Amino acid sequence: MTEVRLEAPALVGPGTDRTSTRERHVFVPRDARPRTPFSTLRERLRWPLGIYTTPVAVLIAWEILSVAGVLAKTYAPAPTSIVKSTVDLWQQGVLGPDLAISLQRAAIGLAIGLTAGIVTGVLGGLLRSGEYLFNGVVQVLNTIPLLAVLPLMIVWFGIDELTKVLLISFGAGVPMYLNLFAAIRGVDQRLIEMTRTTGAGTWRLVTWVLVPGALPGFLVGLRFSLAYSILGLVAAETVNADKGLGFLITQGQTYLQTNQVFVGLVIYSLLGLLADQFVRVLERVLLRWRPSFEAA
Amino acid sequence: MSAPVATRHRRQAGAVVDKVVRRFGDRVVLDHLDLTIADEELVVLLGPSGCGKSTLLRLLAGLDRPDGGLVEVPAKRAIVFQADRLLPWQRVLRNVTLGLRGPDAQKRGREVLAEVGLSGREGAWPKELSGGEAQRVSLARALVSEPELVLLDEPFAALDAITRLRMHDLVRALRSKHHAAMLLVTHDVDEAIALADRVVVMRDGRIGASHHLRLSAAEREASVAREELRSTLLEDLGLAHQH
Repeated sequence: MTEVRLEAPALVGPGTDRTSTRERHVFVPRDARPRTPFSTLRERLRWPLGIYTTPVAVLIAWEILSVAGVLAKTYAPAPTSIVKSTVDLWQQGVLGPDLAISLQRAAIGLAIGLTAGIVTGVLGGLLRSGEYLFNGVVQVLNTIPLLAVLPLMIVWFGIDELTKVLLISFGAGVPMYLNLFAAIRGVDQRLIEMTRTTGAGTWRLVTWVLVPGALPGFLVGLRFSLAYSILGLVAAETVNADKGLGFLITQGQTYLQTNQVFVGLVIYSLLGLLADQFVRVLERVLLRWRPSFEAA
Repeated sequence: MSAPVATRHRRQAGAVVDKVVRRFGDRVVLDHLDLTIADEELVVLLGPSGCGKSTLLRLLAGLDRPDGGLVEVPAKRAIVFQADRLLPWQRVLRNVTLGLRGPDAQKRGREVLAEVGLSGREGAWPKELSGGEAQRVSLARALVSEPELVLLDEPFAALDAITRLRMHDLVRALRSKHHAAMLLVTHDVDEAIALADRVVVMRDGRIGASHHLRLSAAEREASVAREELRSTLLEDLGLAHQH
């Protein structure tokens, strides 16, 4: 080690009191900090529930209020009694088939909606002519509320499966197109310019630059698509159905079986939660290159 | 564009710029500018910021078209940009082989990465690299296609002084292996003296002065000739009074 020092008179301005109590920060390794009983306790507890903290807290409060008799059974039955109803309905052989038919509708609707959204989104994003063909229509469709289309769809396609599936695909397709289009157009222009200068062809530009660059936006679109498709599922099934989760809810409402209504709602929300977790896993796999922000 | 024009002007030169004019609105940035770069010559283009250095480089790269005159460059050319411009979603090796085709692309990518001192980092993501490493990857990306002309647009401007000196050594080492004409745009006089075969200074949209450097490596570091050249260049840049 060499050390070079240029001696110069220390800069001490008039009236600068060097011994005054200026505030200072001292940084040491985290484990070197003196341990208090409180910090040990805090480290041990460290939010074991993660993002489920608030939902669990709400459930516990709900249960307590129900048991105490503050919440009437007909308005909001206790969580434990909803679980019991779910098990009962399953054992009666009602819930299983209803859930199956709902999932089937969601799957078919999603498959159609996502395919249409991805194909048009990629064409619109990559080609000027694709933008002219699709962008206007989808922007208009985007402003039409999903639920307002339902009556029209019933008139056009009847009250059979077709209406339900199409409503779900409408809900899934529009946000996928919008996000994918924006994501492809949003890929950094300087990276595209750089790729052109390396002599890479159009195919390589699309597969190595545009598609991976648009992936974050695609995943945002997927998140919206899944959420809206569940919304479409609920809307389609509640209005007219003789089987499915929505039918279960309508039936519960008719016979004042609040328990049964809640069972349906819980399953819908679980589907939403599952969809979100699915996209999270995809993000972790597909966006490994992105150092993610982690809150302290 | 057409083949006959290309052959008529072919004078065994790395690049020819003939009376090129480029305007942005009313502002004439390049005013009948002439510049010829010989094969395997390293020309440093010096000039204050905003004088049109980057405009000229973009014309040579084919990223922009002149409003008048003619630009002739080899088809095999590569650019090193001011920012590294690496694809954050591709690993280092794929960033290097971006423009390559064929079965030996990976092998060539690894070889060039070794040349810039980055063997073993092929699998890293660009966001994991330091500024100097990232700029070395973009150097490798430019050299991997064995270009006849390499255009460098202030490639080391964002690097710290020590890393910049290392990069200068690297450029000198790479020149002995890759036989390409180079045009390096910079506003750093010391960088120009360290690397150039010829320094051209841009003023008022033209090449104002041109200096051939026939100094040895040691003389470029410290010598009377170096200091004289340095003050001449500063004078050309209109900075004589401040130094």
